[in-house]
Amino acid sequence: MSKLQILTKGIIKENPSLILVLGMCPTLGVTTSAENGIGMGIATTFVLLLSNIMISLVKGVIPDKVRIPSFIVIIATFVSIVDLLVQGFVPALAESLGLFIPLIVVNCIVLGRAEAFASKNGIFDSMLDGLGMGLGFTLSLFIIGACREILGSGAIFGHKFITGDGILIFVLAPGAFFVLGFVMALVRHIQNRKKSSQLEKR
Amino acid sequence: MEYILMIIGCILVNNIVFSQFLGICPFLGVSGKTGTAAGMGAAVTFVMALATLVTSTVNKYVLLPLGLKFMQTIVFILIIAALVQMVEIILKKISPALYQALGIYLPLITTNCAVLGVAIQVTQKADFSILDSTIFATATAIGFLLAIVIFAGLREQLELNKVPNAMKGVPIALVTAGILAMAFMGFANLV
Repeated sequence: MSKLQILTKGIIKENPSLILVLGMCPTLGVTTSAENGIGMGIATTFVLLLSNIMISLVKGVIPDKVRIPSFIVIIATFVSIVDLLVQGFVPALAESLGLFIPLIVVNCIVLGRAEAFASKNGIFDSMLDGLGMGLGFTLSLFIIGACREILGSGAIFGHKFITGDGILIFVLAPGAFFVLGFVMALVRHIQNRKKSSQLEKR
Repeated sequence: MEYILMIIGCILVNNIVFSQFLGICPFLGVSGKTGTAAGMGAAVTFVMALATLVTSTVNKYVLLPLGLKFMQTIVFILIIAALVQMVEIILKKISPALYQALGIYLPLITTNCAVLGVAIQVTQKADFSILDSTIFATATAIGFLLAIVIFAGLREQLELNKVPNAMKGVPIALVTAGILAMAFMGFANLV
């Protein structure tokens, strides 16, 4: 696999939340607006990138049996760093993301990439993989956040373009499930069509 | 009376799955059959109550007096991971029958964000005693149990219906969960 492929596979082909169905909790929980989605995405990307680098550096030193606990401690350390940074520099974002920043520790994407990729590959490849997966996650959070913000409050990035209220249900809890369900179905539909057109060519 | 209100609030009004979006992974992953869903829910209830009891004790008597609040995330996740391992070993020895029933779900719980989420949530409520925290965690976990069992029942019915190709599996499950979340919104003014 070329370097570029490692970077781009996480963005579309193996998008963590829309295709691999990992990290559902933040995908549903923080996407009330496009801005929150991007903020959460960047925080997760940061943790993914650093933990992937760190784990691929120490992979030779850690005995196989205590692998998972060690990974969790490494990830938890970076999550604490991000948590404190966000609280210190962007308190408004910390307020709206709340509990979901410390919960990056138990986000299956981070541990999944550590186990499936960083513990087997070199440092540069792991870095690209972490970055790609993080960007893919950010992209899907942005799409879902934007859909919910446009439908729910008739605004994008906080700029209102309609008068009055939007369809309130999309900002509330049920809307998260609906939007994610339909976005996921759309992605699968496109994939299915691509597959069948490839088959026809043969 | 206070406790009854808190318990109803945790189970129905602020249901952990439908209004807080925690524990979605097991909620989607282990809800194929009502039986396995009930097993997962029971295991989560057990671990969540125990974990919150331990983490809130550690938080109150170790982390806060020493000014180590920034270590919270690391300490809590280690406690939960160790606790899950310990419960697994003890259960294997004491009650093989229960271990058979819950065993396969236990390792999955370490990465269940609901457990860590509740443990962190109760530390943010300043006036919570350790007893309050444990009751809060137990009630929240019962809310999870309720949600996952209802959802598994719905998914069993869903299997029998014709669904468009692209919607099969997770997407239609998410839409179903959305409708269920709307139903749970009806409890909003209960407490």
